[in-house]
Amino acid sequence: MRKMIEGSQAVAEAVGLCRPGVISAYPITPQTHIVEELSQMVADGEIEAEYVRVESEHSAASVCLGAVAAGSRAYSATTSQGLMLMAEVLFNIAGMRLPMVITGVNRALSAPLSIWNDQQDTLAVRDSGWLQLYAENNQEVLDMHIQAYKITEDDRVLLPVMVCMDGFVLTHTYETVDVPTQEEVDAFLPPYDPLYKLDPSDPYTMGAFAGPELYQEIRFEIQRDALASKDVVKEAARDFQAAFGRWMGDVVDAYRCEGADTVYVAMGSVIGTLKDWVDIRREKGDKIGVLKVRCFRPFPLDELRESLANAKRVVVLEKAVSVGAYGILPGEVRAALCGQPNQPSVHAAVTGLGGRDITFDTFDEMEERSQAGEMDFFAGLRQELLEAS
Amino acid sequence: MSKTEFTYELTQGFLPGHRACAGCGQASAVRLVMEVAGPQVVAANATGCLEVFSTPYPESAWGVPWVHSLFENAAAVAAGIEAALKHQGKLDDIGVLAFGGDGATLDIGFGPLSGMFERGHDVAYFCMDNEAYMNTGVQRSGSTPFAASTTTSPAGRESFGEDRPKKDLPAIAAAHGIPYVATGSISVFADLRRKVKKALSIRGPKYVQAHVPCPPGWGYDEKLSIEMGRLAVDCGLYPLVEWENGEVTRVRKIKPIPVEEYLKPQRRFRHLFRSEDGKAQIAKIQELADANIEKYGLLE
Ligand SMILES: Cc1ncc(C[n+]2csc(CCOP(=O)(O)OP(=O)(O)O)c2C)c(N)n1
Ligand code: SF4
Ligand SMILES: [Mg+2]
Repeated sequence: MRKMIEGSQAVAEAVGLCRPGVISAYPITPQTHIVEELSQMVADGEIEAEYVRVESEHSAASVCLGAVAAGSRAYSATTSQGLMLMAEVLFNIAGMRLPMVITGVNRALSAPLSIWNDQQDTLAVRDSGWLQLYAENNQEVLDMHIQAYKITEDDRVLLPVMVCMDGFVLTHTYETVDVPTQEEVDAFLPPYDPLYKLDPSDPYTMGAFAGPELYQEIRFEIQRDALASKDVVKEAARDFQAAFGRWMGDVVDAYRCEGADTVYVAMGSVIGTLKDWVDIRREKGDKIGVLKVRCFRPFPLDELRESLANAKRVVVLEKAVSVGAYGILPGEVRAALCGQPNQPSVHAAVTGLGGRDITFDTFDEMEERSQAGEMDFFAGLRQELLEAS
Repeated sequence: MSKTEFTYELTQGFLPGHRACAGCGQASAVRLVMEVAGPQVVAANATGCLEVFSTPYPESAWGVPWVHSLFENAAAVAAGIEAALKHQGKLDDIGVLAFGGDGATLDIGFGPLSGMFERGHDVAYFCMDNEAYMNTGVQRSGSTPFAASTTTSPAGRESFGEDRPKKDLPAIAAAHGIPYVATGSISVFADLRRKVKKALSIRGPKYVQAHVPCPPGWGYDEKLSIEMGRLAVDCGLYPLVEWENGEVTRVRKIKPIPVEEYLKPQRRFRHLFRSEDGKAQIAKIQELADANIEKYGLLE
């Protein structure tokens, strides 16, 4: 059914349709509408989950960990400071191979305190073992959550999935989304039936410690399965299309990249703005395209190489800073293309930090500066403030 | 069958063969808890000695489903297990236990513990109180007693060791108004067994804090573990008390002995016996014991 709803509500509806047994979360702007919505759905008996109102995000993730270990499907959502507080548990959940889904609403990190959007928070936990999907719009947000449960619970994966969505830009924006029926989702996503769980009739020890003679192999297996999970991510998108008639994209998606000399690479909601700008530049005759990275972990190495094989210049937009180094996604794109035939120049443009608007002017600036050969720069800086200080 | 032959069934909760030190008080206390609890339980365990000595992968001393996640979140993990079992309609048949050391419980995991109490989860939390961070090498915790020398509250020219008394977590737990709180000691075996049994018979959050002597951490001959625990109770430094719904309902009476008898055999208090100033600290410890005796009416 098509509904005009807020992004947060789209998340709540999707999560509800996935029938979690346990939901646990701690409120933080701009994730709040998601958990308020889910609380109401539980209060109204629309979903049968246990909602555990914890005292911190660390405990929210820990409650979910315990719930999944005990054999229930679990869900949480957080952002920014909350994600940082969860970080210790996030690594632990992935290491224990416990499948679950959280919504990683994207928000800047303190200091200075900012409730506004960038992607510093989820990028900071990129090495945690969680798979990370970045959504462009609210239909994708909704579909991704359903796919995420399918991916995480797949025996070939058993790694948790974080659905990343830009705070406010998506969470607080009303869009028309197609909400599937319960029957449709039930047919796509069977009940959670784990290989191992905490069950007195078949007792397992979970979370044992490993010495140097074992640790490395266990970590190797996590890495091996995370890399191989790319096929499962693709499969989930295809199966989803077969079930719901909607294709929401591969691990990367090219927009007007045919014959493009210049390709802009980015993640999340900024892709929409970029596409509009590219339309304008294309009309002017500029050979520019956009490559959306939808799946950041596992990293789409081959797909990036293939999609960027004919580009002469690649501009990677990043709503985060790897302070003291040269970018997270840009650095990884550079590494991916290093030594490839006709290796393009890869420019890193940091922008949109702490909710700074990203406009066509920002892209024009990025275009000018990368054409002039600048490799690493902040776009959309207010020079007058820097000069005054 | 000869008298010395033992048979352990694999259904037993806590099996021998783990790597605890000889004389480890908490190994005995956990075995007691697991014997009382039986096989229909799930256990969550905080990082610490117990977790490390019982589960070096791929070995495990646990005959029941058991999970370790992190140092500070055993109460939250147990809460998640409880919520899941509730959702699955199995909470009537399966009990949820949590184990944490004093550091995991009083210090780093205090917030999650309080949250678990306040939300009313049906979880029995057992704090194994050996009065320091033993797993990492005897650093002080909020449960380290006044004047004990630890590796981070060492006695020295300007110091008599730990400068603060123990955090009174049982009273704080009781202040949550949860149905049952008790302190016990591995050395007063029948009393601890009764309290564990009682805790497990009650619905809702339960907190049992067991005093569990640690030979390397306290510095005494390992064969004296039970003796050490008994002396702590008998001098009044470890009062054995039960609270129900926030009110004290029962105390174990004692015929008090001087605190020196408890302090003397332990390396962690050795410095107190070496100077006049040390004696003044012993007098302060005696005051703490006397205050417990007075507060809980421990005199027989
Ligand atoms: C977040 C975090 N900080 C510190 C540690 C290191 N650490 C592991 S166990 C431990 C002490 C455990 O003390 P306690 O809870 O009293 O248990 P015990 O070993 O004494 O039985 C510490 C400090 C850790 N694992 N995690
Ligand atoms: S150090 Fe102490 S608590 Fe740890 S295993 Fe040894 S005796 Fe037990
Ligand atoms: Mg301890």
